[in-house]
Amino acid sequence: MTEVKSAADTTVPDIPTGRSRRVRGRPLLYTSYAQDMALLDTPAKRISTGLLVVLAFSLSVLLADRSLEVLAGAYVLAIGAIGLNIVTGYAGQVSLGHAFFVAIGAYTAAALSGPPGGDTIGYGVAEIWIWLPAAGLVAAAAGVLVAPLATRLRGLYLAIVTLGLVFLGEHVFKEWQSLTGGPGVGREAAVPRLFGYRLNEDGPLGTKEQVLYLLMLVLLVAFAVAARNLARSRVGRAFAAIRDRDIAAEVMGVPLTRYKVLAFGISSFYAGCAGGLLYTISGYVEPGSFSLLMSVQFIAMVLIGGVATVSGAVAGALFISLLQPLTRALPSLVPVISADTTQTPNVFQVETVLYGLLIVLFLVFEPRGLFGLWVRARNYWKTWPFSY
Amino acid sequence: MAVVNTSPPVLAVEDVHLSFAGVKAIAGVTFDVGPAELLAVIGPNGAGKTSIFNVLSGVYRPQRGRVTFLGEDLLASRPHEIAAMGLARTFQNVELFHNLTVLDNLMLGRHHHFRYGALSAVLWRGRARRAELAARARVEDIIDFLELEAWRRHPVRLLPYGVQKRVELGRALAMEPRLLLLDEPVAGMNLEETEDMARFVLDIRDELGIPMVLVEHDMGLVMDLADRVLVLDFGRPVALGSPAEVQRDPDVIEAYLGGAA
Repeated sequence: MTEVKSAADTTVPDIPTGRSRRVRGRPLLYTSYAQDMALLDTPAKRISTGLLVVLAFSLSVLLADRSLEVLAGAYVLAIGAIGLNIVTGYAGQVSLGHAFFVAIGAYTAAALSGPPGGDTIGYGVAEIWIWLPAAGLVAAAAGVLVAPLATRLRGLYLAIVTLGLVFLGEHVFKEWQSLTGGPGVGREAAVPRLFGYRLNEDGPLGTKEQVLYLLMLVLLVAFAVAARNLARSRVGRAFAAIRDRDIAAEVMGVPLTRYKVLAFGISSFYAGCAGGLLYTISGYVEPGSFSLLMSVQFIAMVLIGGVATVSGAVAGALFISLLQPLTRALPSLVPVISADTTQTPNVFQVETVLYGLLIVLFLVFEPRGLFGLWVRARNYWKTWPFSY
Repeated sequence: MAVVNTSPPVLAVEDVHLSFAGVKAIAGVTFDVGPAELLAVIGPNGAGKTSIFNVLSGVYRPQRGRVTFLGEDLLASRPHEIAAMGLARTFQNVELFHNLTVLDNLMLGRHHHFRYGALSAVLWRGRARRAELAARARVEDIIDFLELEAWRRHPVRLLPYGVQKRVELGRALAMEPRLLLLDEPVAGMNLEETEDMARFVLDIRDELGIPMVLVEHDMGLVMDLADRVLVLDFGRPVALGSPAEVQRDPDVIEAYLGGAA
């Protein structure tokens, strides 16, 4: 500590920072900071996460194709929700414009992989490892362009401006027919092809749904681990510092503008990737889908799942996506609710009301969302049979 | 401890003027801080003590004057650049990151010591991981120094006020500063907590050799700890000297107790 020069990048010799031994029979005794700072720092976490991943992979053979399709969509939405959680949950910059960045990703991917010389723009690059990063990067570039607004505006004002983005985007995507096909027509979505092998057709690896499910699962795990790592690094701490106390963060050495731009960039990258992937499942993109409702859906996922937690965002996305098949079954159970959008108490209106109601209920009763419920349950069993 | 003027001062403030519209917050303040010196700034409420700190940390921009820190011009730098130069501060009203743990608050203090970028952070391999582990070891030194072990994993919003003040001091120390600004470190503390804090301040000077500027209303503490005292009144410097000299100064007595007529 007495040293004046920075020695952060050089390892201190007498402190065990690398590999360290485990003491038999003492699973919670750490002998190095590496053990203490690990993502899965207890045997319980390692075992339960391992089981969860094995379960998720085995679902691909256990579930019917129809359910796999719903789950694959949920995983993609989870990637988008993690992205929104980075800018809104961690960095505290309220964004209602997430749907706009999702749209940019979706159209970048669709245009890159679309057939050249068709009705809509297409470049015939169907390899997923090209169009997926490209979708993310183009959306990230848009996020970086929008970010300077966040250095000028805070809280509700920023929310209103990002809301404007959604309306702007909706108009542009409706009018730019050579890219989007126009409202009511739409265009073919990105085609996932990996080294010449089409992932959205039945093939030797399994049915179309099984292959897509596994693809989305692998990508979700990768994006989630990346977000967790980012959150516990200097970048994540700087985001949280800006959220909690921005002036103090700056005085402590965090450049506000650079980190707000970074937060929007990373968040939009996640949104763009989610956009590119989302429509490969149905194979079709309609410009009307990138509306305020989609942004609200993402906000609902973050708030219901848990603000500033990656597992919360995933849980929220699964919750909202699995709610949809249930609400879509309502018309057959409750005859008053119609499946037709022209009728007045229709299923889509019910969904919108339900999202709003859930957000309100969670904010009032458990602001930490599903993650908070989980923490409560965990703490209850940790101290059982004592209350604390 | 008398200050010997053999080495150049760490901080030199020359004729700084700061006003908000018509209100003169600082009017021509000049002082310097030597290596390992503890300078106290005192004065009645509204004398401009915290304004001086805000000028030094780059939050306020003075209309006139010069501030040099280790030979570099401070007034041309942004707050985060000043932090990277080695100037750390605590705040009068605790300004911690309330949702972060004690550990994360201290780790954030080391922000400018890290060199790895976002891509390396995402992978958590090599450089980023090594830097984080080494930083953790240094932060643990501070936790040990300030006796914060029991609170390490607690979000700071749940901690008692006295501990929060100590965490804030720890966050400033984690920056490995070359000058430390303490804004009322014992405000609102009881006698025991005040004595603990005084002990930490003395340890910082004697063991770590970090020069400090201290703003404080607790006169007992100021007179016991400070090498020199700067007295301000309505933004004007009234006196500058050793605690004994300042206590005898008639202008100081007038500023605090009012004039005879």
